[in-house]
Amino acid sequence: MSAADPILQVNAISLSFKGVKAINQLSFAVARGEICALIGPNGAGKSSLLNILNGVYRFDAGSIVFDREAFQRIDPLRAARRGIGRTFQNNALFKQMSVIDNLLSGLSRHTRASFIEQALGLPRARREAEAHRQLAQGILEFLELQAQRDVPVGNLSYGLQKRVELGRALIAGPSLLLLDEPMAGMNAEEKQDMARFIADINRDLGTTVVLIEHDMSVVMELSDHVVVLDYGRKVGDGTPAEVQADPEVIAAYLGVVH
Amino acid sequence: MGFFFETLLGGLLAGTMYSLVAIGFVLIYKASGVFNFAQGAMLLFAALTFVSLHDQGVPFVLALLATVLVMIAGAWLIERLVLRPLVNRSQITLFMATLGLSFIIEGLAQGLMGSQVRALDLGIDDVPLLLGPLMLSQFDLIAAATAVVLVTVLALLFNKTRIGVSLRAVADDTTAALSIGINLNRIWQIVWAVAGIVGLVAGLLWGARQGVQFSLSLVVLKALPVLIIGGFTSIGGAIVGGLIVGAAENLAEVYIGPLIGGGITPWFAYVLALAFLYIRPAGLFGERAIERV
Repeated sequence: MSAADPILQVNAISLSFKGVKAINQLSFAVARGEICALIGPNGAGKSSLLNILNGVYRFDAGSIVFDREAFQRIDPLRAARRGIGRTFQNNALFKQMSVIDNLLSGLSRHTRASFIEQALGLPRARREAEAHRQLAQGILEFLELQAQRDVPVGNLSYGLQKRVELGRALIAGPSLLLLDEPMAGMNAEEKQDMARFIADINRDLGTTVVLIEHDMSVVMELSDHVVVLDYGRKVGDGTPAEVQADPEVIAAYLGVVH
Repeated sequence: MGFFFETLLGGLLAGTMYSLVAIGFVLIYKASGVFNFAQGAMLLFAALTFVSLHDQGVPFVLALLATVLVMIAGAWLIERLVLRPLVNRSQITLFMATLGLSFIIEGLAQGLMGSQVRALDLGIDDVPLLLGPLMLSQFDLIAAATAVVLVTVLALLFNKTRIGVSLRAVADDTTAALSIGINLNRIWQIVWAVAGIVGLVAGLLWGARQGVQFSLSLVVLKALPVLIIGGFTSIGGAIVGGLIVGAAENLAEVYIGPLIGGGITPWFAYVLALAFLYIRPAGLFGERAIERV
């Protein structure tokens, strides 16, 4: 699938760990406003790829173009500032903090009032705090988390934690949202809720989403575009229907008779 | 019985002085996982800077403000020159760096401000005060009140401000904090500055009691048992730890001291800490480290 105005373009990226190639000469593009699913067997390099995109890992070769700006390397802080939000496979929430504080932490980079202004409770700091609280309230309502507002995140079920993590990434208003297995460990109902939230975010806010998911029915229903990885290489790239019919993809998933 | 309570209360009040020192450690340990050996040197440096300014005739409040600014500048420099280049290194590397830092700060203090003992008069008379049937030190009461105010301010800062949310976020999970765009370097600068200011308060109180001199930097050694008992990651723990150490020292000196010839105070806290290491290694309020193997 060729995108007219890609928000993200990955050009011949490689990443190796001590000689083992996790990502090998990978290229693909994500169109602005689409939901792109990364699929592939375990160890295919999907999480590594997300870690590259928000700068946790530094790639060895290739380049990334995000929002018309080329990067040779990017670090997590810069990625967040440029509008890349993400969630992690094994939730990386602040477990001792309440749901609302976790959401508010997502706004750290939007805080303009200085430390001193905040400490003294000066008008600008207070106005900002109020605006942030309202934003967080909006996210709570959107993700149906009002009842859990003040609960420490560590006490929530796994499914709810995933939702909080989505909210924390969302509150900063990212233009690209990277979701690493947003539905892992969820029951069918929770999965449906999560799929609905992701679809709503994409449709209503126009947020581009790149997600990793193993549940094929979810992937096929939710995404506009699927990229298939196997052993760090791209083995399929297209609409869900195209990918499903691709013999190379089927081989990667089911094995092939030699 | 009155005597017992007097001993206990006197110990608890003296313990708040230990808590003040320990809080500085906890702040930095929580935010960056570093046991900051230089906390004692920072405390000395702050007290010495204040005394030097005050001796030159700078008014109290002005000298205090100037010292606060010096501590903030110091935190900024430390973050730039020591912490940032060593980011992602092992804990022991960072600990060694703070050990070196403590010598640099002490050397700097000596070079700039001399090494003689300075008297520091905060205008608090260290006279006994009668509270009903109990006789307590006025100085200790004021020190304890200062500790309460300081802890309240810190608690408000951590719980009521946006920066507080970021601080707690960094303390909870550094990687996650980075990925949502929290500027770790700035958080470190703030935490070290706050620890420096806490060090200033502790340094002034300790300095007023013992004179501002180089042995002041050795109060770190007294903070260690406090932290082991209270836990390295909790400000509440630092307070309770300090109170326990203060009270236990006083009671032991009075009740056990005569049996073994006295002189218990210098070492009793360490024995207590050792006992805690046996039964509760994470301290009363510390996070138990659960590591995957």
